[in-house]
Amino acid sequence: MSDAPTLSVEGLSVEFRTRGGIVRALDNVSFSVGKGETIALVGESGSGKSVTAYAIMGILDPAGRASAGRAMLGALDLLSASPAKLAEVRGRDIGMIFQNPRTALNPIRTVGRQIADVLIRHGNVSRRDAPAQAVEMLRAVGITDPSRRAKAYPFEMSGGMCQRVMIAIALAAKPSLLIADEPTTGLDVTTQAVIMDLINDLATQMGMATIFITHDLALAGQRSARIVVMHAGHVVEDAPTAELFANPRHPYTAELIAATPDSAVSLDKLASIPGSLPDLRRADLPPCRYSERCPRKLAACAQPLPHADLGGGHIVACWNPLPAQHASAPAVSAA
Amino acid sequence: MTALLGVTEFSKQFPVGGGPGTWARLKRRFTGGVEKLPKVYAVDDVSFTVDEGETVGLVGESGCGKSTLVRALTRLIDASAGSIKLGDRELALKPSRVFARDRDRARIQMVFQDAGESVNPRFTGFDTIADPLRRLRKLRGKALTERVETVASQCGLPLQLLTRFPHQLSGGQRARVGIARAIAVEPDLLVLDEPTAALDVSVQVVILQLLQRLKKEFGMSYLFVSHDLSVVRLLCDRVLVMYLGKIVESGPAVEVFEHPLHPYTQALVAAVPRLHENGSERLRLIGEPRSPIDPDPNVCRFYGRCPRGADACKTTMPALRSFGARSVACHFAEEFLPQPRIAS
Repeated sequence: MSDAPTLSVEGLSVEFRTRGGIVRALDNVSFSVGKGETIALVGESGSGKSVTAYAIMGILDPAGRASAGRAMLGALDLLSASPAKLAEVRGRDIGMIFQNPRTALNPIRTVGRQIADVLIRHGNVSRRDAPAQAVEMLRAVGITDPSRRAKAYPFEMSGGMCQRVMIAIALAAKPSLLIADEPTTGLDVTTQAVIMDLINDLATQMGMATIFITHDLALAGQRSARIVVMHAGHVVEDAPTAELFANPRHPYTAELIAATPDSAVSLDKLASIPGSLPDLRRADLPPCRYSERCPRKLAACAQPLPHADLGGGHIVACWNPLPAQHASAPAVSAA
Repeated sequence: MTALLGVTEFSKQFPVGGGPGTWARLKRRFTGGVEKLPKVYAVDDVSFTVDEGETVGLVGESGCGKSTLVRALTRLIDASAGSIKLGDRELALKPSRVFARDRDRARIQMVFQDAGESVNPRFTGFDTIADPLRRLRKLRGKALTERVETVASQCGLPLQLLTRFPHQLSGGQRARVGIARAIAVEPDLLVLDEPTAALDVSVQVVILQLLQRLKKEFGMSYLFVSHDLSVVRLLCDRVLVMYLGKIVESGPAVEVFEHPLHPYTQALVAAVPRLHENGSERLRLIGEPRSPIDPDPNVCRFYGRCPRGADACKTTMPALRSFGARSVACHFAEEFLPQPRIAS
């Protein structure tokens, strides 16, 4: 990992005020991503992956607020920055690819205009030159016949093409950090492979730090150097990819790997994870939010959560982690 | 084994550019009516069978005609040509409106993709499951309640949840309601359209195991539509791969995924993310599929995107050819056959 991370999130907590009480959606979330590094945030729905991204971007729902922690992008704390400063940073320093390109794109503006908007606002490009550069961006994300496609509206394009346009918008101002929130959910596997190649290639070319949010552990494993596993608003494990698959230490990570269809030879062998996420509105949430589902629960689990560093960048938040199964996997260089 | 469902030379086309409005109507009048309009060949000359007690997977990209095929089989839409046989009975000739009140309606049931979207939001779990029983089995009163409760417990749905509305249920519970509704009338063929696509992996496992158990208990046949190949591999005996309205490959699921013969299947299998391997130097499909509107009948549908494509693919549409238990529609299938096992 490089010396100074591009983004470092420290002790981030997010709360939502709802009619049913305060939802503690994130609690003490910490991770960092270095220049040119790709990390994946993995977890089931409701684990707080997207909320983390929204908090970093400063686009939380008005009912939510970051109640503690810092998110340092260089020397700037994104959580305490003024709205004007954030508007300046979004798009220029942080690009985001949203989950559903059809709803995230403006339906009544041509895609070329939408890319040009970003270039004019953040890319130091004059109004005159912006359309031509937008066409170049479309070419860079692999759209055939870009000058004709620039005049198209989102509804005229396929899902894969819309996602390419989203990528072009996110990368238009050459940000130092890219957040991709489930960029390929809803796309076909063949398109998914191509889009993920594109994101990886462009990120490598531009030396961007990438946070890749997904629920698909297999996809995360293929595409990122490090995986951060989240459960109910906690980071439960954070490890280099090969190490995480070879030696999952948190019981939840192990169950998640065992539940992935790819890992089993027959359906009977596939393990399910018992129980469900705890209600995050409860006042008596246990310190370890997994403890009520956990087969390895101890009395010690009632104490505040540890963040044990097992060496080699492997961090696990568990009092009774699984024993290391294999000799430590060969050290992977941060790609 | 006997074939439960037999589909022969089935096709479905949709006219395009027909649209409403005066101009479109005038244009139609002067150009010769709806028949002369260009057509989307959503499903084109497809034949296959589903045996009793068999699970057949149907895979392919979005837009390849999976859903059209499935909607026609469940007799929600009408066929343009071809035959659909359930046992000995021909279903394709019956308009779907008439079939809705047919005695065989209960024999084919469907589980829809998103259980949250496909149930009436104003129906409780009980009403949802009771609806087909009331309409097709004419059950009322105590018999109805008993049947609903039996089915719910078979699907692992706690009885106290039956009074809840869909928005009060979790994703997994909604999926169970959808499955319970479909099996309530004891169908012979259950069509499952991506039943686990919206679910988390941990819940997905439970639902897949439930489906497996129900199939053993009731001896149903499944037609399982999915684009998640790792799930299809686990659940299905046989698999059909569709590309732009045509079946390009079929065969035992394990064989198809281990030695795909059609270049499209190869790309599809290569695109599936695997836990323990890096996916960077794999086969990739570039470009977009060809237009499904009035396609040239003499060009392979995969031509242009195919890494193997040659001149022959431009002039002759490859027919499905058998290699043992498998069929492939590619001129060059022999090249991809595993060497020791070249069949007849």
